[in-house]
Amino acid sequence: MAEIEIKNLRKEFGEFVAVQDSTFKVEDGEFFMLLGPSGCGKTTTLRMMAGLELPTSGQILIDGEDVSFKRARDRDIAFVFQMYALYPHLNVRQNLEYPLKSQRASSSLIREKVTEVAAILKIEQLLHSPISRLSGGDRQRVALGRAIVRNPAAFFMDEPLGALDAEFREEMAEELRALHDRMRATTIYVTHDQLEAMQMGDKIVVMNHGVIEQFGVPQDIYDWPATKFVADFIGSPAMNFLQIDYQELGAGDATVMFKEYPIQVPVSVQDFDGSIDVGVRPEHIGLSREAGGISALVVASEYLGTTQIVSVQVDQTILKARVSSSEEYALGSAINLYFDPRNISLFNHHSGKALLSEGNQEVLING
Amino acid sequence: MSYSVTAPSSRTKLFSGFVVSLYAIVTLAPLLWIIATGFKSGQDSIHYPPKVLFEPTLEGYVNLFTTRTRIPSDQAPKEPSSMTWYEEIVNEKGELIAGPSKYGERFLNSTVIGFGSTALCMLLGTMAAYAFSRFKVPLKDDLLFFILSTRMMPPIAVAIPIFLMFKNLGLNDTYLGMIMLYTAVNLSLSVWLLKGFMDEIPIEYEEAALIDGYTRFEAFIKVVLPQAITGIASTAIFCLIFAWNEYAFAVLLTSGDAQTAPPFIPTIIGVSGKDWPAVAAGATLFLVPVMVFTVLLRKHLLRGITFGAVRK
Repeated sequence: MAEIEIKNLRKEFGEFVAVQDSTFKVEDGEFFMLLGPSGCGKTTTLRMMAGLELPTSGQILIDGEDVSFKRARDRDIAFVFQMYALYPHLNVRQNLEYPLKSQRASSSLIREKVTEVAAILKIEQLLHSPISRLSGGDRQRVALGRAIVRNPAAFFMDEPLGALDAEFREEMAEELRALHDRMRATTIYVTHDQLEAMQMGDKIVVMNHGVIEQFGVPQDIYDWPATKFVADFIGSPAMNFLQIDYQELGAGDATVMFKEYPIQVPVSVQDFDGSIDVGVRPEHIGLSREAGGISALVVASEYLGTTQIVSVQVDQTILKARVSSSEEYALGSAINLYFDPRNISLFNHHSGKALLSEGNQEVLING
Repeated sequence: MSYSVTAPSSRTKLFSGFVVSLYAIVTLAPLLWIIATGFKSGQDSIHYPPKVLFEPTLEGYVNLFTTRTRIPSDQAPKEPSSMTWYEEIVNEKGELIAGPSKYGERFLNSTVIGFGSTALCMLLGTMAAYAFSRFKVPLKDDLLFFILSTRMMPPIAVAIPIFLMFKNLGLNDTYLGMIMLYTAVNLSLSVWLLKGFMDEIPIEYEEAALIDGYTRFEAFIKVVLPQAITGIASTAIFCLIFAWNEYAFAVLLTSGDAQTAPPFIPTIIGVSGKDWPAVAAGATLFLVPVMVFTVLLRKHLLRGITFGAVRK
């Protein structure tokens, strides 16, 4: 088992900077998510950690040992690829044996380990099948088996569920998490699916354009996003933003003015003046027909079972509110909006960074 | 009545069968003629109009493997009972076996040079193709173009420089020289073909092997090569066919110890002029190794030619 630390890691491909100055730490036994849109540098980061790419600068420490320029096979890690990368010319058993054979393990040990792993993953009946005859899910199970058979210090997974059907993905995600809870091996998991990251991860790093935007536990990231990008990327539907062109904000203030409407926000702990965005999650918007609040127009509603997503228009901005399905909101009707003041984030409109308040300062100063 | 847009109708199938058969007849007829001529007697082989039906004889094959002289008139005829079957055939025409011909040796030379250069070409070709496919080679595109440019003229265009080079290096009429020459000519084709096959193999397989504890070279041998086997087989067939059939360089650069069969076969001369049945017999036997090799690798060849044409 291993603790992995990344210090100022940077990777350039010619002119293109894939990863800029990343620093984070993965604790022993953690299920750690690298989350971001495609092309954000998450896979490159993982590949550098695995030894499949060499960093341009910076350090990778596994259990305190600098492995930045060591060969992949000297790092004692296992990698699960999105496209499984099972050796197509070998059958399931031979694929599972492969990592052990490189260690010149005795044949009795190999047999024992393969049987054990096959039992854990429930693939005993498949041991003699050629890879080409397996379903996507079984292939991914075999790929996982090939990773765990050697008891590596850490597992690296690059979108391992990306190639599976939606229905099956759910099932495999649960299996994966259960497997991790049982083995307690440090796992680093790359995904672009924020739901997957929230659902499975102990901790999440959110990356964009090669930069780490935020690092923390899923709930902190959801509740107190460090940047507008994170706020927008995490959560479905995404966080709503109301732009205020000019706002003077002093430490201790707890109100901002959107046109003529005052909005209660968590107490600010910094001074700021300039253009800001008010960020509010859909579930923190209340709709009311009583006077008061921000007046808006209902433009659409989406029924989702117990809840519904109601889109309302304020000036030129569309906001989405998640409300109970019990109430009906007619299209085109006028409505008043109330924001839950405890969970509002303010962002510097130009830099996209969150302004510190009593709500988020604890999360953001650590992250 | 069921009707399918994509399945060919029976009339289409009949027509395509007819076209394919016609093509097969056109290409196979000369081959059949050569094989038949090998079993004709000397007179039958030059008979006009040509004979389709004839009495088969092994005369051509016997002549191919032997040198003969006329029986001197003062020599007492040998007892027919003590003669072997091939002596008998020769004797009937008033000739006597003087010794074995050089055909066997030349055939062996062709085998050593053809298969030797093919093997060397595959060894160097797979490694070069792998490097071009996977690594950042400086000036990669220029190098690949440069390699291909060696095929932009007929190889024989450089015959004179090569002849002089071989002469000065003492490579004339040696196995080493011919193997090197054919390998050099074939290498550009094999690097290009094999690079295409290697490009199709996802790099994740090697990465998985690297992480599973193997070296780059072990990953190449154990993971890449088994998957490239289709490409290697079809490329090997192309290389062997070229090296096996090559005539011009062989005439120029070999004459004795390392002479291959192609320049030798036309020199087979009977006691009285060209011995066509022997020439035909030599050509027929010469076809066999390439045919066997191709049939053995046929499955790979067919897959190889269409490989990569359609994304799976």
